[in-house]
Amino acid sequence: MFELSTSDWQAIRLTLTLCFFTTLILLTIATPLAWWLASGRSALRVVVQTVVALPLVLPPTVLGFYLLVALGPRGPVGSTLESMGLSHLAFSFEGILLASVLYSMPFAVQPLLEAFNNLGRRHVEVASSLGAGTLDRFVTVILPLCRGGFIVAATLSFAHTVGEFGVILMLGGSIPGETKVLSILIYEHTEAMNYAAAHRLSLLLLVFSFAVLFVVYSINRRFQVAKI
Amino acid sequence: MTLKVRAQLQRGDFRLDVDTSWPAQGVTALFGRSGCGKTTLLRIIAGLERVRGAQVWFGDACWQDGAHWVPVEKRRLGLVFQEASLLPHLSVTGNLLYGYKRTPLSLRRLQLPDVSAMLGLESLLSRPVDALSGGQKQRVALGRALLCSPQQLLLDEPLAALDTQTKREIMPFLSRLAQASGIPMVLITHAPDEVQRLADRVVFMGDGGIDEQCSLQQALAKPDSPLFADEGPSSVLVGELGAADAHGTRLFGPVGSQLRVQAPDDTNAGPTRLRVLARDVSVALDDPARISIRNHLVVTIRQLHDLPDNRVLLDTVMQDGQTLLIEITPWSAQQLELAAGQRVFALIKTVALMR
Repeated sequence: MFELSTSDWQAIRLTLTLCFFTTLILLTIATPLAWWLASGRSALRVVVQTVVALPLVLPPTVLGFYLLVALGPRGPVGSTLESMGLSHLAFSFEGILLASVLYSMPFAVQPLLEAFNNLGRRHVEVASSLGAGTLDRFVTVILPLCRGGFIVAATLSFAHTVGEFGVILMLGGSIPGETKVLSILIYEHTEAMNYAAAHRLSLLLLVFSFAVLFVVYSINRRFQVAKI
Repeated sequence: MTLKVRAQLQRGDFRLDVDTSWPAQGVTALFGRSGCGKTTLLRIIAGLERVRGAQVWFGDACWQDGAHWVPVEKRRLGLVFQEASLLPHLSVTGNLLYGYKRTPLSLRRLQLPDVSAMLGLESLLSRPVDALSGGQKQRVALGRALLCSPQQLLLDEPLAALDTQTKREIMPFLSRLAQASGIPMVLITHAPDEVQRLADRVVFMGDGGIDEQCSLQQALAKPDSPLFADEGPSSVLVGELGAADAHGTRLFGPVGSQLRVQAPDDTNAGPTRLRVLARDVSVALDDPARISIRNHLVVTIRQLHDLPDNRVLLDTVMQDGQTLLIEITPWSAQQLELAAGQRVFALIKTVALMR
C-alpha cells in the first residue's frame, strides 16, 4: 500500500526543497525583523506587524491572486524582471518560494518576537558593555537565550509551508518538478478519483504534521518549565 | 581627564537638558529622585541611548559628536545595573570572564584572582548563576565589570534592589573598589547614605536637569542639603583610622581633631570616612571631665542656621579644618549665648564608620 510513484517522490522532493529554502530565508529575514519589532520605537511598527500577520486572516487565494498579478509577465514586478532580461515569477519555483516566504512569515516572526520580548534588552546591553560586537552578541547571548524561539520559528515555518495549498495553486499552477508540491498532488489524485494515492500522501502529511507539532509543544513546555 | 556630556531630549512629558563636565577620577554620584533623568544621562554616557545632537567626551576621546559615534562595546566601560543582570546561560566564571576574554591582552590590568579576592568571590566561582543570592549576584556583576579593566565604572543604583542587610554586606566591597581600583566611578543613587559613604563629588539632578554640582564636602556644608533628607544634617569626616588598642577602640584623624572610635575587629586601618549626625553632637562651653561621652573636640562656630521645627544648626570648623555640624535647640543656643567666632567643645556621642 505504501509504494510511492515517481511523481509522488518528485513532489515530496520538491516540497522538502521548498520548505527548506523557505525556512532558511525566513529565519534570515524574520530575525532582524522580529528584533526591530521587539525593540523599535517607530510608529511604523504596528503597520509592519499588521502586514506580517495578514496571511493569518486572508484567504490564501487572495494572497495568491495579488502575487499572480504582481509577479506575472504584465505585473509591476514581473515586467520589471522581464525588462532586465530575467523571466517573470508566475508558475515558477522562485515564484512559489517567494509566496511561501510571505505566507509563512507570521509563523517565523511571532515566536521570535515573543522570544525577544521575553529576553528584554538587558542581557544584550550587558554583553555590549562587556565588549561584544553585534555578531558576537547574537551568537553568544541572543541565540543561546532564545534557542527555543528559533527552534519553534524554524519548525513552524517548515511545517506551515508543507501545508501550503491555495497560494501555490493560484500562483504556481501544477508544473511537475517546478510547482507541483504534495498538497497540489493530493488534490489532483483526489480529482482523478485516485483515492489510494491521495490517502498514502495524506497519511504521510498527517503523521509528519503531528510529529512536528508534538516537538514544538514539548519544546514550548520545556522552556516554560525552565523559566519558572 | 574630564567627562563631558551635553544632551537634550524630549520624550513625552520627560525632558532632559544637560550640559556639564566633571573630572574623571574618584567617585561621582548622580543624586536625585527617581524619574529625574539620572539613568537616561548614564545611558547616554554609556552609549546605550543614542540621542540626536548629544555630545560625549571622555578625556581626549570623543564618544559621540554629530555623526561620530563610538558603540558601547568600544567604550571600555564597566556597567552595573540595578537588578541582577548576570547572563543566565553562563556559570559565575563564564560571566566573570565574558568581558575579560574580549579585552585586548595589552589592556588587561586586572586578573580573575585579584578581583575574586577583592570582592570575595572565591567560593562562588563554581556555582550556577541562579544559585546565588541577590547580593552575591551584584558582587559577581561588579567583578565582571572590573575584569574588562574599564576606563570608567558606571553603576546604576547597584544597591537599590537589595535589602538592608545585603546592602550593608556589599557596601564595604564598593568602598574598597572605589579606593583600591583607581577606576573613575559614576554612581547613580537616591540614597544619601551611599553618597556620604562613597562619593567624592555630587551632581544633584532634578527634573531632567542638573541643579548643582560640587564636592561632597561642599554638598554637606549646606544646612538644607538634599543629602540630609533621611537622617537630618550630618558631617562626613575624612581621616586615617589607627590600630585597635586594648579596649578595642581606635584613634581617628590628626591630633587636635582626634576621635576615639569603636570599630569591628576586622576593619582595616587606613583612610576612612566617619559620619557624625548633627543631632548626635552636643555643645559645652567648658570641657566636661566626668562624662561618659569621651570624644570632646574644640571647634569654632562659623555660623548659626535656624532650621524648621525649632532647631538650630551650628556650622563649626574643627582644628584640622573639617566641618562639623551640630544640631541643638534654639533655647540651648540662647542659654549658652552662642555666636559666630566662638570656640566651644563639641561632644560627639556616636559616629558611624563608613568605610
